[in-house]
Amino acid sequence: MLPKIFFGYFSIAMIFVSILIITRRNPIHSILWMLVLFFHIAGLYLFLNAEFLAAVQMILYAGAILVLFLFVIMMLNLRKEVEVERFLGEWPIAVFVGGATLVLVIMALTTLTQGPVGQYTVEAIQAETHVKALGKALYTEYLYPFEIASLILLIAVVGAMVLAKKRT
Amino acid sequence: MVPLNWYIMLSAIIFIIGAVGFLIRRNILIMLISIELMLNSVNISFVAFSHYLQDLRGQIFVFFIITVAAAEAAIGLAILVSLFRNKVAIQTDQVTEMKG
Repeated sequence: MLPKIFFGYFSIAMIFVSILIITRRNPIHSILWMLVLFFHIAGLYLFLNAEFLAAVQMILYAGAILVLFLFVIMMLNLRKEVEVERFLGEWPIAVFVGGATLVLVIMALTTLTQGPVGQYTVEAIQAETHVKALGKALYTEYLYPFEIASLILLIAVVGAMVLAKKRT
Repeated sequence: MVPLNWYIMLSAIIFIIGAVGFLIRRNILIMLISIELMLNSVNISFVAFSHYLQDLRGQIFVFFIITVAAAEAAIGLAILVSLFRNKVAIQTDQVTEMKG
C-alpha cells in the first residue's frame, strides 16, 4: 500500500508540474518548475532502485542543462515576452491531437505483456553494487555506443561555439 | 508493488504534455524545454522497464538519452542566441523567411 501512495503522490505532482511548465507566461518560472520536476524524477529513479541514475539526473539535468537554459534567458532580453500572447492560434487542435494520442496509448497498454526477465535481479545488483554493475555493462557490452556518444558531445561543443560566435 | 502499467501511463502522459507544449507555445525557449520534458518521460519508462525486466540495458540507454539531450540543448540554445542576435525575435510566428 505504501509504495502505491508514494507513486500516486509522485505521479500527480509530476503531471501537475508538467502542465505548469508548458503554460507559464514567464520562461524563468517554467524553468524553475522544471527543476521541481527533475527532483521528482530523481525520486522516482530512487524508487526504481536506480540510485546512480538519480544522481546523474540531478547533476546533469538540474546542474548543467537547466543552468544553461537560465543563462540563455538572462542573456536575452525578454521583458516584452511577458506581455504578448503566449499560445499559437491553433492550440485547441494541438490539445485535441494530444488527447487522441493519449487514448491510443491507453488502449495499447491494455495488451501489454511483460517479456522474459534478465539476469540482473535486485539481489544480484545489491551484491555487486549498482554502479559497478552499470559500469561493467557500459564499458564492455556498450563500448562502441559509448564512443559514439563521446563523438556526439564533441560535435555539440564545437557546433555550439560555431553557431553562437559573432560573424567577422 | 506498483504495476508496470502505471509507470508507462505516467510516462505517456508526461510525453503528451511535452508534445502539446511543443505545439501550442510561440516561444522557442519553451519549445526546447518541452523537448527536454519528452526526453525525460522516455527516461522514466526506460528505467521502469529496466527494473521490472531485471535488465540493466534500459539504464544504459538512459545514459545515451541524457547525452543526446545535453547536446541538443547546447546546439538549440546556440541557434536561439544567433537567431535573437540577427532578428531580435524568439517567437515562432515571427520567423517566416522560408514561408513555412
